[in-house]
Amino acid sequence: MKLLKLVPDHTNVDFMRWRNVALVLSLIVTIASLSYTVYRGLNLGVDFVGGQLVRVTFAQPIDVEKLRSKVDSMHLGEASIQEFGGPRTFQIRLPKPGGGDTAANVVATRVKQEIEKDYPGAKIDSVDTVSGKVSEELADNSALAIIFAMLGISIYIWFRFEWQFGVGALVGLAHDVSMTLGFFAFTRLQVDLNVVAAFLTIVGYSLNDTVVIYDRIRENLRKYRKMAILPLLNLSLNETLARTVVTSLTVLIALGVLMLIGPEVIFGLAIAIFLGVIIGTYSSIYISSPVLVWLGVSPHSFVKTDDKDEGATAQPA
Amino acid sequence: MLEFPRWKVWLISLVIAAGVLLSIPSLLAGTPYAHFWPKWLPQYRISLGLDLAGGSHLLLEADAGDMLKQRLQSMDDSVATELRRDPQIDVGDISTAGGRLSFMVRDPRQVDAAVERMRALTRPVALTGNRDWDVSVVDSTRIVLTPTASGTAQAFKDAMGVARDVVRRRIDPSGTKEITVITEGNNRILVQVPGQDDPEALKKLIGQTARLEFKLVDLSANPQDAQQGRAPPGSQVLPMADGSGVLTVKRRVMVSGDQLTDATQSFDQDGRPDINIKFNTAGARRFARTTQENVGKPFAIILDDKVLSAPNINEPILGGNAQISGSFTVQSAHDLAVSLASGKLPVKLNVIEERTVGPDLGKDSIHKGVIASVIGTVGVIIFMLVTYGRFGVYANIALVVNGFLILGTMAMFNATLTLPGIAGFILTIGAAVDANVLINERIREEMRRGRRLLDAVETGYREAFRAIFDANVTHVISATIMAYFGSGPVRGFAVVLLIGVVTSVFTAVYFTRMLVVLWIRRTRPRALHI
Repeated sequence: MKLLKLVPDHTNVDFMRWRNVALVLSLIVTIASLSYTVYRGLNLGVDFVGGQLVRVTFAQPIDVEKLRSKVDSMHLGEASIQEFGGPRTFQIRLPKPGGGDTAANVVATRVKQEIEKDYPGAKIDSVDTVSGKVSEELADNSALAIIFAMLGISIYIWFRFEWQFGVGALVGLAHDVSMTLGFFAFTRLQVDLNVVAAFLTIVGYSLNDTVVIYDRIRENLRKYRKMAILPLLNLSLNETLARTVVTSLTVLIALGVLMLIGPEVIFGLAIAIFLGVIIGTYSSIYISSPVLVWLGVSPHSFVKTDDKDEGATAQPA
Repeated sequence: MLEFPRWKVWLISLVIAAGVLLSIPSLLAGTPYAHFWPKWLPQYRISLGLDLAGGSHLLLEADAGDMLKQRLQSMDDSVATELRRDPQIDVGDISTAGGRLSFMVRDPRQVDAAVERMRALTRPVALTGNRDWDVSVVDSTRIVLTPTASGTAQAFKDAMGVARDVVRRRIDPSGTKEITVITEGNNRILVQVPGQDDPEALKKLIGQTARLEFKLVDLSANPQDAQQGRAPPGSQVLPMADGSGVLTVKRRVMVSGDQLTDATQSFDQDGRPDINIKFNTAGARRFARTTQENVGKPFAIILDDKVLSAPNINEPILGGNAQISGSFTVQSAHDLAVSLASGKLPVKLNVIEERTVGPDLGKDSIHKGVIASVIGTVGVIIFMLVTYGRFGVYANIALVVNGFLILGTMAMFNATLTLPGIAGFILTIGAAVDANVLINERIREEMRRGRRLLDAVETGYREAFRAIFDANVTHVISATIMAYFGSGPVRGFAVVLLIGVVTSVFTAVYFTRMLVVLWIRRTRPRALHI
């Protein structure tokens, strides 16, 4: 059987030749993403701003405008109605009602009753009610979690490698997270708790890729002490290129299936990780690696730690 | 390289067998084949999160202000009871303003005795050396009882524990349902009820404090004063539960719901729903004495400071059984009976988060999730097979084994599978082969460098392990943070990722290494097709 080789045996791509072009491009896109996110804001779900989300599946396809005017006539504040996964399934989003928590209960009950009355056979799939207090906590905790994950992982890289690698990892992560934020701001996809889980996964995955490349850079730095840093980065990237391509593809196959035919509720999570994998792969090559050049990594960075590091390296049994 | 001791082969096989055995009950659950699983084999199961099983999730927060109020009120009651005892101390101008209880002792000679008796009502707070109330004298005749900070904190902690138990008893009086009622932080209670997709019913049960009191009606009160909320000293004006006006009652609690042993819904002679209550011995005695002394007078039945009804006492009630009438429906009488039987809530609970998932959405999610998992796995398996041939097959066997190990581990810890957890499972399938990709690519590389077969395989496993280890630690860091900060479904995702990281290192590194070694030992291949 002839085996598939997506990447030929002896590649010699001069990745670092375009590092400045890539940097400028990344910088522009990152800044654009961040400013757009700040300017336009994210489409935050009830998890983070409070309010109510009612998901309904109707027995027959319905007239959205009629449903809209129906909900509007109940005077519950600015409601938004969106199709959700199919022509018969909709999500109705209501703002936080004033007057405490009991008022919120009343709203959900009324929407439920009105829909069940007007549309026989309609099923209420789910109702989420989140108070302002809880949503603020969830938003704070989510932001903290993403920041802690980025810092925690960078610190680990610093311990296992050198400080330059830690900084490189952190810059790469910041790049990936900003780009994904920009994507959510641009597409107006709803950001809920699941999407935050996706962000944390991207942080973990993106680093996974970076670690593999860094590991090879370290190995080559020890092996070829006389080699200049740019050719050495190129060599390391080329040596790990086959692995990068194959792993990214397996992850994308699994996630692509989930995105296309998986449950609608986690579409946001799936697409975020899918996108994050692509961005993370790019940033491992073009962000996290060139950063090492600018921070002056050289074979000497490892000379003094050689012995200690060899001892600390875990070995398979 | 070829040294792979027999005990290791056994150990690895044993772990895998255990994983498969542990995962099967969860896989069979809900299918018609579930009963084929022998009873003597392990029965551990993964529980489904609410987003998959359908059900209600409520996050309740204790109202600290209400707790202070209830505590003040109960102190007020015990002070009143204490002062009426022999030798009686006459007091006036009782006030509960500013969260403190204060009153004036009419006879200055009794002040010291009153302070003494008040002190006896306070209790030491465990481990602090403080008492739960401060007793002081102001203006030589006014006694002030102030709750201490440590006393309030302790009372709040106790109240949360009691509240949790009361909530559990109310939702599940028989104690047989698989519900979750746990305290979160210092002031919250999380309630999860699978299969219950009507949170209104739950909230009705939890929403009532259910403080039941029997007080005498103050017949001397002027109805016009009552309308304006003014009551004679020692009395208070309370609204009627059905909204039909107000009633003036004596402040003194004759009998309270704390002395109930049981409450059930029943019907009165006219077929209207009412509630049958049964007092304990002390309660029955007090109830008997009160009704004996007040025959012919109206007796107010008060629930959460609202008067349910005020029937006349026709004859002394001696047996410790009584009926509570009011304008009930069968459902509301039943709910109130459950609430009374479970005891009063020591603190009012507000719903601050509520999530409900209908049963069909959950089923649909599982269905789609399973299909996506299967297709995703098959896709990855084919891809690995055409890329690495024999070594791809090993990676694929490891992948399938990994799936069983994840499920088995989750079942063993009785972990909860949530919808994002399914996504985590699929992601783990994609990411788990990364270790094998790293190993296999390294072997290819070493072969290209002209190493001999055994040497290349050995070096491949050794050199790749470093990166595999570090890469998985980054996953562990992000998943741990997710598990710590995340709530419900997200935590489920993190748990699957964490378990998946550990099991995938085991299957992708140790298990495939065993397969490779056994193959090389058996066939002594000259060349490696990778």
